[in-house]
Amino acid sequence: MVAEKIITSKDVHLYYGEREALKGIDLDFMTHEITALIGPSGSGKSTYLRLLNRMNDLIPNIRITGDIRLHGQDIYAPETDIVQLRKEVGMVFQQPNPFPFSIYENVIYGLRLAGEKNKAVLDEVVESSLKAAAVWEETKDVLHQSALSLSGGQQQRVCIARVLAVKPAVILLDEPTSALDPISSSKIEQMLVNLKDTYTIIMVTHNMQQAARASDRTAFFLDGQLIEYSETAKFFTAPDKKESEDYISGRFG
Amino acid sequence: MNVKQQDKLATGILYTIAGIIILVLASLLAFILIQGLPHVTWHFLTAPARSFEAGGGIGIQLFNSFYLLVLAMLISVPLSLGAGIYLSEYAKKNWLTSLIRTSIEILSSLPSVVVGLFGFLIFVIQFKFGFSILSGALVLTVFNLPLLTRNVEESLASISSMQREAGLALGLSRWETVMRIIVPEALPGITTGMILGAGRVFGEAAALIYTAGQSAPALDFTNWNPFYIASPLNPMRPAETLAVHIWKINSEGIMPDAVAVSAGASAVLIVAVLLFNLGARWFGQHLYQKMTGTGKKGA
Repeated sequence: MVAEKIITSKDVHLYYGEREALKGIDLDFMTHEITALIGPSGSGKSTYLRLLNRMNDLIPNIRITGDIRLHGQDIYAPETDIVQLRKEVGMVFQQPNPFPFSIYENVIYGLRLAGEKNKAVLDEVVESSLKAAAVWEETKDVLHQSALSLSGGQQQRVCIARVLAVKPAVILLDEPTSALDPISSSKIEQMLVNLKDTYTIIMVTHNMQQAARASDRTAFFLDGQLIEYSETAKFFTAPDKKESEDYISGRFG
Repeated sequence: MNVKQQDKLATGILYTIAGIIILVLASLLAFILIQGLPHVTWHFLTAPARSFEAGGGIGIQLFNSFYLLVLAMLISVPLSLGAGIYLSEYAKKNWLTSLIRTSIEILSSLPSVVVGLFGFLIFVIQFKFGFSILSGALVLTVFNLPLLTRNVEESLASISSMQREAGLALGLSRWETVMRIIVPEALPGITTGMILGAGRVFGEAAALIYTAGQSAPALDFTNWNPFYIASPLNPMRPAETLAVHIWKINSEGIMPDAVAVSAGASAVLIVAVLLFNLGARWFGQHLYQKMTGTGKKGA
């Protein structure tokens, strides 16, 4: 498979009021790869991730400059349809946040609101999405129970299924396993690796083993700057920058 | 005195205070019910009131109370939903929205007599609605709107912002996120507040004396055409409610059994309000459990 660039970003700056939180980020993402964004808290990696589906738009006093493109289209252009963008670029959050409806409703909520009424189609989407999110076996008999009755790890996988059901091209994950136990985490990690044939995955993580195991490329953020971006194997064995090496070996962060 | 003793003393004082409050409420409730319930019969609940002789009932007043309540809620529920959703989900923090919030707070602390007199001047005189159910329903809306709006706003604000992010990230528009995720989630709280508001409206007297009027003309329960003057549904007729009736027979009642009628009407009123409150609790909890499939959440 020839990797091509799906998202490109050039000289991206972000200011919270006077404070510059991102100081000129150039970063491109390849299709069908998992990219891990790592770095200490406050380094700007989550802020950057949330630029890619314009989740930062609601924050007051924010200023964004630079150029971010999805499939070559400027996503901050005035004519961009944000709702459409977010269907293309799905997002999973740190805390599992299912809606207080049934598991079934959670998965098809986006589709149903988009007007899909055919029950056979909806049933099929529920099954395939839950299977892809590796939570079908645990939920197939309780689909009409509240999603809140599931464990945290199961809830998170239902949230991933909910994103898959909309069929995005890119999935953003903001520390998706940091609130979960190690077994749930490794299930999700394994599932993400299986998903990358279909999707492009960009994941913020604090867990360096996770980045090393699951990702193809790693981007290391520090203090609002992108310090190093390279293939994961190279990044963790022979990083170019001293800061990267210090971070990997746990000397700060 | 050591810490343990202090703790015991404080706990004791708190229990005593709570006990006094409960005692006052319970004895009031018991007094009204014991005095009133013996007079409550089917005849009492359905017969029209009499002015000069004993044996009258509260049928028309009871109907008026419910009809007025329904009309008032029909007006105030959509308005408070709209205002609450705007304040919680759309309003930016600036001088205008803080002015709105302050106004709502002031409005909610206005004495109901003042609201009633305001309604008298505006709806009865200025708009020429006269002493009518319509004037009454509008003034009850003024009276009720601030509290309902606050309730809607607070119920919505208590929903985690993660749910809003989840909706938006899924490619729902802001409107869809609010209407299809946030409002349904807040529904138990909103419904509870609405029913409690209904109970308060049901027991309101002062605001209605000068607006819905103090007379209960005979109704023809066979003609439901709202434009017929004696129709129960006619919104332009004067309509004394149960609470106003209690006030009136105690101040100027000339029927020989005024004390008994008053006691019976009070008991009916308090039972109705009690049912509203219990109903609100039950309904809110039921709705929440049904939606989440989890245990209880404080009503």
